[in-house]
Amino acid sequence: MDQPTPSSPAEIVVQMCGIVKHFPGVLANDHVDFELRKGEIHALLGENGAGKSTLMNILAGLYHPDGGSILVNGKPVSFSSPRQAIQAGIGMIHQHFMLVPSQTVAENILLGLDEPRFFMQLSKYEQEIAKLSERFGLKVDPRAHVWQLSVGEQQRVEILKMLYRGANILIMDEPTAVLAPTEVDELFNTLRAMVAQGKSIIFISHKLHEVSQIADRVSVLRRGVSTASGVETRSMTKTDLARLMVGREVIFSLEKNPCQPGKVVLQLEDLWAENDKGLKALRGLSLQVRQGEIVGLAGVAGNGQRELADVITGLRKAEKGRVLVDGDDITNRSVKTGIHHGVSHIPEDRTHVGSAPNLSVTDNVIMKKYKHAPIARGWMMNAIAATNYASELKQAYEIIAPNLETPVRLLSGGNLQRVILAREISSQPALMIAMQPTRGLDVGAIEGVHRLLLAQRDAGAAVLLISEELEELIDLSDRVVVIYEGAIMGEVANGNIQHIGLMMTGVRQDQLADHMEAAHE
Amino acid sequence: MNKLLDRLPFRIELEPRLVQPPRWYPWVLSLLSVVVALLIGAIVLALAGGNPWASYAHIARASFGDIGVFSDTLVKAIPLMLVGLACTLAFRMKLWNIGAEGQFFIGAFGASAVVLLPVLPEDAPRWLFIITMIVFGMAAGAIWGFIPGFLKARFQVNEIISTLMLNYIAISWNNYFIFAIWSDGGFQMSKVFPRNAWMPRLTDYVDTIPMFRGLTTHFGLILALVAAVVVWLILYRSQWGYEIRLVGDNPRAAQYAGISITRNTVLVMMLSGALAGLAGMSEISGVVHRLQGAISPGYGFTGIIVAWLAKLNPIAVVPVSILFGALILAGREIQPSGIPKLLQGIILVSLIASDFLMRYRIRVHRKDLLKEAK
Repeated sequence: MDQPTPSSPAEIVVQMCGIVKHFPGVLANDHVDFELRKGEIHALLGENGAGKSTLMNILAGLYHPDGGSILVNGKPVSFSSPRQAIQAGIGMIHQHFMLVPSQTVAENILLGLDEPRFFMQLSKYEQEIAKLSERFGLKVDPRAHVWQLSVGEQQRVEILKMLYRGANILIMDEPTAVLAPTEVDELFNTLRAMVAQGKSIIFISHKLHEVSQIADRVSVLRRGVSTASGVETRSMTKTDLARLMVGREVIFSLEKNPCQPGKVVLQLEDLWAENDKGLKALRGLSLQVRQGEIVGLAGVAGNGQRELADVITGLRKAEKGRVLVDGDDITNRSVKTGIHHGVSHIPEDRTHVGSAPNLSVTDNVIMKKYKHAPIARGWMMNAIAATNYASELKQAYEIIAPNLETPVRLLSGGNLQRVILAREISSQPALMIAMQPTRGLDVGAIEGVHRLLLAQRDAGAAVLLISEELEELIDLSDRVVVIYEGAIMGEVANGNIQHIGLMMTGVRQDQLADHMEAAHE
Repeated sequence: MNKLLDRLPFRIELEPRLVQPPRWYPWVLSLLSVVVALLIGAIVLALAGGNPWASYAHIARASFGDIGVFSDTLVKAIPLMLVGLACTLAFRMKLWNIGAEGQFFIGAFGASAVVLLPVLPEDAPRWLFIITMIVFGMAAGAIWGFIPGFLKARFQVNEIISTLMLNYIAISWNNYFIFAIWSDGGFQMSKVFPRNAWMPRLTDYVDTIPMFRGLTTHFGLILALVAAVVVWLILYRSQWGYEIRLVGDNPRAAQYAGISITRNTVLVMMLSGALAGLAGMSEISGVVHRLQGAISPGYGFTGIIVAWLAKLNPIAVVPVSILFGALILAGREIQPSGIPKLLQGIILVSLIASDFLMRYRIRVHRKDLLKEAK
């Protein structure tokens, strides 16, 4: 573990040596070494399933290693529960938040602690929490209920929870996966504030640009084996990191045929709709998507993207305005009507909306086909036809599953997304609404999803791509429109990131020139 | 507690299952949990001063000992099968129909109405009587299921509460007719139905097959077995069943696939009620032959246990019902009669507990004591 470290012989707070962890049929960690210094941000990079989360779950006391040793502050430790890990100052913030939606922020943070004992003098603790959140720039109201909070705010609550418990070493499992670009910047500021005050942070990620942006050092895992350990981030290029991670050269640019837009498929006229909390989410939104083009919808999360997808697909009622598909008015009609008009939908939330976790792969891919021949046969279903159809898709979309009877909750994130993509694309949609189709996927899988979307476009589908990854939007889309507070600010065809960025903050296209001038002066 | 565990020479660890267990696994697990339950029951029996093995042998003899008692076991199992199927169907959609007992009583009422209202003249042919009673019994049960289904679909009324409360209404409704309108000479029961309204029993054929002497197993068994196959076909081979399973597993995904949850809620509750109603009809027409108060020793509630024990598999409901029929029958033989009820309870608890092993696996690690000592 002797990396050339000319800067400072910093104190080592965590040292993991030769960690081995087996899962049935998988060697998740194969003699992995890892070391964390005080006051650094150390990125742990790797594809999905490379063993990053396993390694960190071991450090956080969730798993017990089959072999190897862990030193924390120089002392050997063996945690059998997360509680012991947090006592040693190690706290992990998981990808899926563990919060009670109906309780307030303060109640969530105090949950499970010895103090307060019986009488809850919340105001005292609320002040403490407010102080703590100010110290690290974690803006959140301790009295707010968790269900009212945005994803970014919920993450801050999770971080506060760990800080309140006295964590000095924070493990963040893909913290940016759920955040909007501006929220990512805020998170990074918080992380910098925390290391400046002596905390040490492990940052699990598979996004290369984030790693080069925030981390001091980086360790890379590939298929359970460490391919780089504690290398200075400055000395690595994105291509170097990608090679260490994937084991081959990754092509970052996509080959794209020229766009040949045909007739208008989706026409939205002056749409108004409310979000779940009864606030206006769409305010007079109008938009067109044509055959054979990908329209990217850029915007900070929570500006009406989800509500827009819901209204188009019939999951949410519009208060005003019209949704036309191929010239037919399907405003406020059932989801079924949309499906009949060839609207397919890749939902943002794969596990809670896009799939039935305990049903088999077969049952999940026929979700929109079970009423059509050959799978439908009168009132009954043709089980053989369903199985054949599923095995075709499994092969065509390279879904990795032990068999077709496997419940999809046992599939990895990338494979689950393939199941959903297979289902949605194989219906040969006229219009595809793809919401965050690559969120949480690794580099290789993202490449595959991009190819599939482009193939849809070339086959003549109209694609509305809703994403928070600007790079992805610019790479894939033929034009990018920007949504802000439920209305379209303008359209960019040449991938001008500066224009998109300004419009994302609420500047209309016709005002762009003024703002650019103001910025120059 | 933790300190104590630390002293053990091995460490027990729970791991979530990452792969699906093999097909035979749930069956073996269920069987093992019944065995474990019997062992726990044996301890309780021994503590109470009885001889557990003798008791178990007695239960087995009293329920399966010869063809006569086995026939009695089947008679008890028939309503359990139908009610178990009713619960299986509803539970598949995560509709917690606790009202099978009430639907059973109303089904019995509907079937009785055919004779007592009367819908058919006393000399109508037997086949017409039975078909009409089936239709009336199922329709009455379906109405009793429709009420909570509609309330749930339209106003989000919790179906656990509404079905539970409807049980009491159903029983009181029946009592009103037994005590007042259809009372037979002041007794709290109706007159005996004409022979034409009885479902055929094995013993009715004693002239052609002498072996059937005294066997009371009735046509309801055929109805129950057909119902089991039909429910299986609905759940696993029909489009509607697919919708039920999808809504049950993830209502949001079902909505996203364009499936109407409100419509399915009402329909499933109605069919569930109809099956429980059929159980009531079969009990009235096959066993009791009149409408009276004590027609169910809690079949509707035991059906909930049966459905869980069968892991919501309609075919498995059949053998499980026979097991529970045997336990009900044993209550007659064993004193105190609470013992079979106690066993039922222990079996349910151990089964529900065994579900844990479907999702987790236990691994035992040997500890390297020498290494830790260092």
